[in-house]
Amino acid sequence: MRNLKLIIRREYLARVRNKTFVVMTFLSPIIMVGMIALIAYLSSLNNDEKRIVGIHDQANLFADEFTDDDEVTYLNFSELPLEQAIDSVDKKEYYGLLFIPENSDRTYLANHIEFFSKDAPSNSYISGIEQKIANKLTNRNLVENGVDLTKLADSKTKVALQIETFSGEQTSKMATYIKMFFGGAAGYLLMMFIIIYGNMVMRSVIEEKTNRIIEIIISSVKPMHLMLGKILGTSFAGITQFLIWIFLGGILLVGVSAFLGLEVQPPEVSQQAMEQASNGEIQKIITDIVSLPLLKLIICFLFYFIGGYFLYSSIYAAIGAAVDSETDTQQFMFPIIIPLMLGIYVGFFSVIENPHGIVSTIFSFIPLTSPVVMLMRIPFGVPLWEILLSMLTLVISIFLVTLIAAKIYRVGILMYGKKPTYKEMYKWLKY
Amino acid sequence: MNDLLVAEGVSKSFGDFTALNNFSLSIPQQSIFGLLGPNGAGKTTFIRIINQITMPDTGRVILDGEPLQPHHIEYIGYLPEERGLYKSMKVGEQVLYLAQLKGLSKQEAKKRLQYWFDRLEIGDWWNKKIQELSKGMAQKIQFIVTVLHRPKLLIFDEPFSGFDPVNANLIKDEILQLREDGATILFSTHRMESVEELCDSMALIHKSNKILDGKVSQLKQQFKTNEYQVAIKTNQEDYFLQEVKQKFDVLPPNFHSIHDDLRLNVKISEKHQSNELLSFLMNHGEVNHFVEVIPSVNDIFIKTIKDHA
Repeated sequence: MRNLKLIIRREYLARVRNKTFVVMTFLSPIIMVGMIALIAYLSSLNNDEKRIVGIHDQANLFADEFTDDDEVTYLNFSELPLEQAIDSVDKKEYYGLLFIPENSDRTYLANHIEFFSKDAPSNSYISGIEQKIANKLTNRNLVENGVDLTKLADSKTKVALQIETFSGEQTSKMATYIKMFFGGAAGYLLMMFIIIYGNMVMRSVIEEKTNRIIEIIISSVKPMHLMLGKILGTSFAGITQFLIWIFLGGILLVGVSAFLGLEVQPPEVSQQAMEQASNGEIQKIITDIVSLPLLKLIICFLFYFIGGYFLYSSIYAAIGAAVDSETDTQQFMFPIIIPLMLGIYVGFFSVIENPHGIVSTIFSFIPLTSPVVMLMRIPFGVPLWEILLSMLTLVISIFLVTLIAAKIYRVGILMYGKKPTYKEMYKWLKY
Repeated sequence: MNDLLVAEGVSKSFGDFTALNNFSLSIPQQSIFGLLGPNGAGKTTFIRIINQITMPDTGRVILDGEPLQPHHIEYIGYLPEERGLYKSMKVGEQVLYLAQLKGLSKQEAKKRLQYWFDRLEIGDWWNKKIQELSKGMAQKIQFIVTVLHRPKLLIFDEPFSGFDPVNANLIKDEILQLREDGATILFSTHRMESVEELCDSMALIHKSNKILDGKVSQLKQQFKTNEYQVAIKTNQEDYFLQEVKQKFDVLPPNFHSIHDDLRLNVKISEKHQSNELLSFLMNHGEVNHFVEVIPSVNDIFIKTIKDHA
């Protein structure tokens, strides 16, 4: 036990004092935030560009619709014949020309309004125009058919379906988004953690092998302890780094967005949140978050996080022990990356669509994918027996995998110059 | 208990390959024991079994009267042939860490390190990183790590490789001193001359089997060839040669002489005494050189390996 503590301490310090580690710890949040800021800045630049569009509307049918706003200025070319109008718009390098034929038949108009431009115009702009024209024509039709537009507007109703589980738990679409967010973030975080710090464990094993210090150490401590110490020490270093990232990243993000006066919004989920919030539902979001089974979530998160990390990092350690240098590791990376990716994809495509479907359920039992997939499923409410079964299989496989990995590790660290193959490693199991 | 380490019928195989076959050995207390053998003979496997890095398939190892147990690592100091240190760690930190892994407390380790650093005159290395040191310097550090916890059994695998002659000598003296202080030393090497100089007993492993062991002096006795180096000044060389070839086996000389003498190696048969040869020689002239050829460890090694080929 004393030795294990010593090893963990050394591994932790060795990781944390490593120059690359320090640089990455402080540089990564700056780079990340910098990139977000850059993207936000660039897209705002793009929006600032003001478009000038000519309009050729002799009958003055759409005068009310196409008026200047922040993004577009309209110039009237109705006086000129169409060809001349096109020519002059082209010469002056305006964005385009909107041509509305002189015809009051609305079915004709619907298909004969034209937009001329040099290059293909942006889709969003065209959709905007189409929307405006369609609204105008629809309203005209409605009025002609004796519909009172004000009454129509008054009678529009917004529906919010109250969703409730059989056991009486209140829920909502918003809550589903929140669950997706929590599950997705947890699964993604776990995958990142495994890849970054599993690799670090592997490199540290290889380092001891190439330094040839391994035999000195192994004559004082059990290989199993050394492996565990490495995994734990590295994970503590990882947690330290993650915390610094979150902390620094948070500060920087707030700082930069205040400085640039930008509203930094992560896509999709928070846009939904904005929409809902604008309906005065912030209260609801908070209650939704609070009503999640937080304790269960946290416990499960910790369990799968630790379990998943242990499972994978012992495989990483075994790989590190089996090879002589980092270049030899490529062939063994495949079986690690594939289940991780599979977990993430199943998570993002299958779980979000149907959290309790057959695919999601199966993958949340398979030990190599279960940490990621189950983490994503849990916010949607998974029956206790499923969680327990999945945890049990995970624990059993951690036990088996660690045992096998320790065996490969024990033999591998003292093997030099042997080309590692799966066959060779299988033989080591019997030594 | 007279023997510090006893191995009884130790066997170990890796897959189809037998690394050690029914290997037995006793290493007396406070002696230097040489473990010899060609590459791949099984020396390292045996050493790893003592260090409990590898477990034997059959047989057992007894250290100081007790079957080998995990806590025994505190009594063993091991300097492996493949040795290195953490490159980017500072010398002091590193040695402290390794000493603590061997069960020393931090304070005790520091105190002893001070002593050794002074003794080997490397006190100012404490804050250097290993990558700044030369190979020989790093070897000194490894030596200190091996002996720091005052183990009863010291295992050195090729301890002198990488040292220049000055430092090799320094380490040799330290090893002899450690024996004086009570340690037992197992010494694995290819360098016969260091076995000659240092070892009290030795064993020879060849193709996973022990083919020879015993006290070095006894082995030399056993392997002696009754051969003598002779340098003689005589007036009748032809006659003398004829006579001597009749009575004894004459071989080409394998030594040099500062006199302008007739040099030859003479082998006498088992029933003759050396005095008979000597008096015969004295009758024929002036004997300037008369030395029994004592087999070197190298000779024993080569002869034994050849016999088992």
